[in-house]
This record gives sequence, structure tokens and C-alpha cells, in this order.
Amino acid sequence: MRHVQVAVIGGGPAGLAAALKAKEAGAESVLILERDKKPGGILQQCIHNGFGLHYFGQELTGPEYAQRFVDRLEGTGIELKCDSMVLEVTQERRITAVSAADGLMEIQADAVVLAMGCRERTRGALLIPGDRPAGVFTAGCAQRLVNMEACLPGRRVVILGSGDIGLIMARRMVWEGAQVLMVCELMPYSSGLNRNIVQCLQDNDIPLYFNTTVTNIHGRERVEGVTVAQVDPATRKPIPETARYVECDTLLLSVGLIPENELTQTTGALMDRVTNGAQVDELRQTTAPGIFACGNVLHVHDLVDNVSREAEIAGEAAARFALGQVKNGKTRAVTVSGGVRYAVPQRVNEDCEKLELYYRVGSAYKPAVVRVYAGETLVKQQRKQIMTPGEMEKISVQLEPGLSDIRVHVEQA
Amino acid sequence: MYDVLIVGGGVVGCAAARALSAYRVNVCLAEAADDVAFGASRANSAIVHAGYDCEPGTNMARLNVAGNAMFDELCAQLDVPLRRVGSLVLAFSQDDLAALQRLYDNGIKNGVPGVRLLTAEETHAMQPGLSDKVTGSLYAPTGAITCPYELTCALCSNARENGVRFLMGSPVTDVRTAGDHLTVTAGEEQIETRFLVNAAGIHADEVSALCGDESFSIRARKGEYVLFDRAASGFAKMVLFQAPTAMGKGVLVAPTVDGNAYIGPTAVDQTDKDDTSVRPEAIDELTATASLSVPQLPLRSPITLFAGVRAVPSTGDFIVKRSEKNPHLIQAAGICSPGLSSAPAIAKEVVELLGEAGLVLEEKADWQPLRRRPKRFRHMSPQEKAEAIRRDPAYGRIICRCETIPEAEIVEAIREIPGVPSVDAVKRRTRAGMGRCQGGFCMPRVMELIEREAGIPMEEITKNGGASRICVGVSREEGQA
Repeated sequence: MRHVQVAVIGGGPAGLAAALKAKEAGAESVLILERDKKPGGILQQCIHNGFGLHYFGQELTGPEYAQRFVDRLEGTGIELKCDSMVLEVTQERRITAVSAADGLMEIQADAVVLAMGCRERTRGALLIPGDRPAGVFTAGCAQRLVNMEACLPGRRVVILGSGDIGLIMARRMVWEGAQVLMVCELMPYSSGLNRNIVQCLQDNDIPLYFNTTVTNIHGRERVEGVTVAQVDPATRKPIPETARYVECDTLLLSVGLIPENELTQTTGALMDRVTNGAQVDELRQTTAPGIFACGNVLHVHDLVDNVSREAEIAGEAAARFALGQVKNGKTRAVTVSGGVRYAVPQRVNEDCEKLELYYRVGSAYKPAVVRVYAGETLVKQQRKQIMTPGEMEKISVQLEPGLSDIRVHVEQA
Repeated sequence: MYDVLIVGGGVVGCAAARALSAYRVNVCLAEAADDVAFGASRANSAIVHAGYDCEPGTNMARLNVAGNAMFDELCAQLDVPLRRVGSLVLAFSQDDLAALQRLYDNGIKNGVPGVRLLTAEETHAMQPGLSDKVTGSLYAPTGAITCPYELTCALCSNARENGVRFLMGSPVTDVRTAGDHLTVTAGEEQIETRFLVNAAGIHADEVSALCGDESFSIRARKGEYVLFDRAASGFAKMVLFQAPTAMGKGVLVAPTVDGNAYIGPTAVDQTDKDDTSVRPEAIDELTATASLSVPQLPLRSPITLFAGVRAVPSTGDFIVKRSEKNPHLIQAAGICSPGLSSAPAIAKEVVELLGEAGLVLEEKADWQPLRRRPKRFRHMSPQEKAEAIRRDPAYGRIICRCETIPEAEIVEAIREIPGVPSVDAVKRRTRAGMGRCQGGFCMPRVMELIEREAGIPMEEITKNGGASRICVGVSREEGQA
């Protein structure tokens, strides 16, 4: 069995940043296991601009953003194995993986960083009835087809869900000469970034209908049309009188991302039912000692810049754990109240002094006030002009030593 | 000149083809679609029924019980999963208990092994998580689950290996009697055959009519299902029926051999024989009825909806006989439920009927009953996995992440498909795309492999044959990424 100090599962933006930071923090041997043919993860198919404004201070395409990290691997001694699929990670940090080149690999790691990313919610998960023809794609799958396989997925397109990939694909399909008829969003607000709504939809005159969904798919072989209906905002049930048939050959789904945590579960790490990721401390350590998680496998991010930053926290901590510098003692819980859906990390070590909390709200607040409490004590308060579920929020707080719970609270200002 | 032309590549047609492949006879199977298992055989309850449900004395009762007993050997020979999980028919009232008693009596008359009535306590002990309204059950230890499309594909593959020709994308449109044989138009071909076996499923009445036999008709009855994610599927260990009432036969809750669970089917009579759409109201109907059996259904974790169309015969029973109107015609028609369970016995009977009709059945010395293929990667031990990758590095390239399907198995499947390979044809044989991402990641990879192995350009690859192209053309900015 092979031994490494830090094993990173996934060579997307999170895995690359974590590995680089782990090396920088003193880990001797760092191994990245990536299942695709090359590193970069989903960035490889995101050929549009808009990545890196926060991290690099300039706008890059997805592949360019990834390449910056790949270039930095050079000379570090970090080992990158592509085409390598991890089948299992145990609580004891034993990894089983396969690849064509290496066969079956068994690796004992001192610390593991989980960076497997996320997948898209599918038609089946939404229970959309009707026929099951060709022409129904998740937005990311259609993106891969058009950007990497040079195939055009359709000519008359309806998009369900206003997640960022759906918005980006709306514009991409227009550039390909397709007609994008509409974007339907079940909720009264978009889950995508405002800049994408403006640049991808408004600039191309694509209507965005809120409180609207697709209730049926028609077409035996290829999609011929969909039924679109408004929903009652209170129950989110379709209103039958508003149903109408829209002729189209393609339905793209951008209805949410789900962290890919199948491997995490075999480690026994406790999960967060809201994020669908592991519960972590401020080092991004799961409840399985020495197993860390970062990026979209931990919680779904809207900006890759935040993924890179989070991964650096996890990578550095993983190296320190491997070197015996992390002592797992008592922790204080992080809870949420008011309009906050979730916060990461979910717990904090007692010696943590400066805490950066990432959180999301469950509906739009305009304006909003956010408060952070330690026990009953208000430790920070901020006012924000607007908070929406589509944008991840961050707040930094100084902590006094102690074990009282931390609570993040948002309400209408 | 063929000795036998089988019309229809469902489980019955393929089972008949495979059964005939053991003899020195010249056999062809014509299928309208581009793949086998295209009709009811790809979307049904996947259950090998014990056989207490059918009226004693019917073909259904006889063939179901006989077919059930043949499954162990058949599935072992063809490397198809079969799990004898047992079935329960649940009673919720005093009236239901009386219905169970009738089913029990049927079971005894039909010769179903081991069937017995259980108390509420015994029932709950056998299957945790049932409604506390359950008052008792009928237990049948021979009730089993299998994978109907995998079985059909395996039968096809084994029949081909033993010399049966599969003519795909070839609907039968004309049948003429010419002296001692028939001339059949199937797709582009004119086929001369001594006998025709009608296993055309939902369209069997039309094929029969082409042969001059209009003695029955087939009605379409749709069954809709909800399939759940494996991670949320622990609630069904056995096949759970509901006692038949005046209100209907109830809805099943059952596990699949792949570790998922489903609820279904509905029973919707329709005039359109090829309509497999799921009605919007089906979801609420199914969940309302199924939750009578299992109150805690994982309604937040579905992975897909699907529907199949059963071929319901006007005669009320399976039609397995030599036609009285056309001596060249052997009927294997009206095979609705329990058709999958009966398929091996129907195939055996078709062979016997052909023998009685004058076909000389001389056994082949070199018949190969085993489907010889490597163990599935996901079932291998770590040592076996290591060995498989050493032998063929394509085992080390995992294409479908959710179901752990390596390139080697996808390539094997592409070569095994009797017609034009499609993404769904690969899925039926490998499970690639059946997991929780539903092909979001692996579909483009599977398409690449179809392009490489079968030489079909990416933009011409279909989801499921016919006009179901996945892409509508080439992208403008080809190669930019």
C-alpha cells in the first residue's frame, strides 16, 4: 500500500487550490486523484468569461482560471493522477482508486481533502411527467456537448430554472444560432447571479418568468413541446388555467446542484441536511478526523473564487494535520436563525479567534440586517442593501475564547 | 428459407429465439425497433410472480408457475440477476383477509410452493416499516425480482451466439401464404419462412390479422412507476402487493435487483398503443395508494418516472397455440402480466407447438447455453478489479461514475447490440446513465465511445433509436474549447 501525507480527491478548482496550499504548508507528499482526462473540473467546459475577478483581479475564462492553478503545480512535486476514479475512502483514510495506467491503487493518507464537486439535479428528481424523448438535458450536460463535443443540442430551447449554468447556456445557445424562448423559474426570485441575468438574458431579450414551471414534456422521440404553467406562490403547485403549450425541441434544466458526497458517506462523516455536504469546523475538517472537505462538495458556491479560497483553508489544515499540528479539542456549534438557511463552518474549535462565516439566506431581503451572536452576546452587526438566495454571503468576526454557541441571524432591516 | 421467423424482440420473442437456438433449425427474429426489449419488456414491474394470482386452469396460471421454476437455471446460465426476495400481499381489513384466503386457495390449486398466510405480527417482522393498518398477509417465498431488459438483452445475445439472426428496425407489414411457406415483408426484406411465431406484444393482434387470424384483439393498458434513489430505497426488502379489492389491484412497492425501490404501476386503458408518457396525475395517485402499504416513502428522493404499456388480450388469457386460421402461425400473444414470469415457459411451449406442427427438432451438439462474459466490474473483489485492469486497461477507465461502469463494459455492450447502437441501448445493457445523475456526466462519454466503436458521428447518435437524435447538428464554434 502506498503512503502519502495529503491525498486530494478531485482535481477541479477546489482540489488544485487545496493541493497547492497543502504543499506550501509543508506537506512532503501530495497526491491529486482526478477522474477526468485532465484537471480543471467543470471549469474546462465553462469557456465564457467571468472567473477570477475576486481571486486574480481580472476576468478569465474557466479553462484559463484552471490553467493558472495547473501551471503552479509545475516544480512543486505535487503528483497529479488523471483518469483515476476513487471507489472508496475509509474513516482510517485508506483510499481505493482505479485507473487504466495504475490499475487498482490502495493508498494510505495521513490527511484527505474531499473535493469532488457537485452534480446537477435531473428531470427525474423534479418528477416532471410526460414522454421521455431526446432533447431534455441538464444545462451542464448541454454545455459539455456544445463546448467540448462540438455538437448543437437543440434549436428551439426552453430553460427551466434560473441557476447560473442555465443562464450561461441561454446566451451560449443564442450565440449558436438557437432560439431561446424563455427561462421559467419556479420561485419568485432567481437562484443565479444578477450579473448573469443581465448579461445572458436581458442583453439577448430572453424573457424570465418567475413563479412558472414546466408541467409536462411532449414528444415520443425528440422533444416537440412542453407545457408551461404558473404556480401558486404560496404552495408552488401549478395553476391549471395558466397552462400553455410551448413548441420547442429542447428543454434545458438548471434546477439546482447537489454536492457529490457518495464517498464522504463511506467515511462516516456527519452530513448537513441543508447543504447536503459534510459538517465541518473552521479548518474545513469533517467529523472524521483528518478528512477535510472544500468547494462544491461541501456546499454549492456561486463563485469559483470563493471555492479557491475555501480550498486553501482545507489544504493548509490537511497539511498541518498530516504533520501533527492539528489538535482536535472542544468545539462550539454554529447555528442559524431568522432568514439564514445555512452557515459554513457548522462548528468552531475553541481556540479559533478570527472566524469567516459563509452563509445563504432562504429568500430575498431588501434591506437586510445580519447579526452574529456568541451565546447571548451580539458580536457583530451589519446592514446590507440586498440579500438574495442566489448569492453567498460572508461575514468575519473576532471571537473571544469560550465555548458558547455562535449564531448567525438575518432579518429585514 | 427460414424454418421459423419470430416477430417481436421482447422477452417472449427473445426467449423463444434462445429456446429454438438449441435445435438444428434456421431461425430469424424481426423487431420493429432498433433494439430488443423496446416495449413492455423494458418498463414493467420486474417481478417473477409466484403464481397464486391467476385463475386456476388458465394458461396464465400454468405458465406462470412453470416459468417461475425455470428462472433460477435461466438466470444462472445468462448471468442475469435474480433475487428470491419473496412477496407479501398485504391486507388492511377483514374483507382483505377474505381476499387473501381466495388467493391462498388459488395458490394451492396452481401448485405454488410454500405459500402461506401470515398474521400482522409475522408480517411486520418480515418487512419492517409497513403501515400499522396491515392486518395480515399472504407470503410467497418463490416471489422474485429480476431485470426484465437485462434478461431480454441476454436472451438475445445468447440466441445470436447460437446462430439466430436478429433483423432490427424491421416492422412486419405484409404476410402472404405461398404454398408450404409464408413470405413476410419485414422492413426492407422479404423473408420466406415455414413458421411464424407471433410475439409482437402490443401489436400482436395486427400481426395475427396480417396472417389472416382475427380471432382476438389487444388493448393497451399503461402502467406508470416512480423509481427512487438507491440511497433512499432501504424501505422495501420484499415485493409488497396490496390485497385486490373492488377498487382495483392496488399498487406495488418493491425493490429492484439494482438496489432501488419503486412504486407502481397504475392501470390506465388507452387507445394509443405506443403512448408511454407519464400522466401528471399519476404521481399523486401512486404515492397516495402506495403509502397505504409503506407510510414513510422517500418522496424527496425520486430518480425517475417511467411507464410501460401492457398488451391485454380480448380473450382474458395468454394466447399460446397454433392458429386455427393459419397453420404456419404460432401465437404467443396477449402476454400481459405475468408475462415476464411466464416467458421461459411460453418459449418452451412455443418450441413444443412447432414440433407438433411438423418442425423437426434435432438438438445441436454444440449449443452454448451459457452467456460467456466477464463478471461485472462493480461486483468484483479488489483483487479481481486489479486483475481485470491488468488484462484490459479499459476496465480502469470509469465512464459512469454513479454506477461504476468502466469503458470495457460499455464497449462490450456496444458490440452486443443487435441493431444500431444508441445511448439507451448501452444503458439497458450496462446501467450507464441509470444512477442518480441520470447520464448528466456520462452521456457525452458514452456517445464518444459509440462514435469510436460503431463509427456513428456524434451528431447522428440517438437516445433510443428512430428519430431520437440527441444533438441537432454541429456547433458553430467547433473545437473552440
